[in-house]
Amino acid sequence: MSTDSIAAPRSNSAQSPKYKRNKASHSSFEMFAWLFMRLSGVVLIVLIFGHLFVNLMVGDGIHAIDFGFVAGKWSDPFWQVWDLAMLWLAILHGTNGVRTIINDYAERDGTRMTLKTILYVASAVIIVLGTLVVFTFDPCPPGAVIDLPSFCPVP
Amino acid sequence: MWSWVGHRITGVVIFIFLLVHVLDTSLVRVSPEAYTAVIGAYKNPIMGLGEAALVAAIVFHAFNGLRIIAVDFWKKGPKYQRQLLWGVLALWAVTMIPFLIRHLTIVFSNFFGGH
Repeated sequence: MSTDSIAAPRSNSAQSPKYKRNKASHSSFEMFAWLFMRLSGVVLIVLIFGHLFVNLMVGDGIHAIDFGFVAGKWSDPFWQVWDLAMLWLAILHGTNGVRTIINDYAERDGTRMTLKTILYVASAVIIVLGTLVVFTFDPCPPGAVIDLPSFCPVP
Repeated sequence: MWSWVGHRITGVVIFIFLLVHVLDTSLVRVSPEAYTAVIGAYKNPIMGLGEAALVAAIVFHAFNGLRIIAVDFWKKGPKYQRQLLWGVLALWAVTMIPFLIRHLTIVFSNFFGGH
């Protein structure tokens, strides 16, 4: 059978001679996003399972969580880096996931753009806020009296 | 198909909780009283059950995510995707049972037991 005995798919359609899908972008962003979801997902399993184990399973679990508990953790650079990595990776992973869902279900251009703008603004605010909190946190705030960690100087 | 639906729904639920969780944790920057008051709301039994549901969603999303990676990168992944889903559900149960025993014991014993 010769190679041109069967017409190429869609060669007689309105989109002939080439099937045009999305030619707006030739960037590799979607490929990068796909890979990022898998890589960040694996790291997030370690970070979040560790977070849940230390905060909910050890000692008194959720009942032990108060200001002093957080202060005790964030006085250690290990947990600062842990939580910062978890914050950034989780927000970026979740934002990209919700972006995919919006692209799938919001069919009108205006709706899609509006929803994605809200998503990006919310994500940016949360990432900036969380980063500032981790880095500017004071475990012994002046004037505070309750729930302080034991290493704070007695007022 | 249903694992795909489940992955999307758990993903959205986890993301919404994450936004709220960063906001409540940010109260440590306001005052110890503000943080401890709000975190206290996480300690009643109804919220305890909510946390159990959240962890159930996270554990499913985590293990099914590993299954997606196996399907994408492992040569035989697509062929065994159905068996992998049973593996996900089995691992989910094996993880959730000890978690629920421990977490719900803490939540309910502290609520009814004292303090």
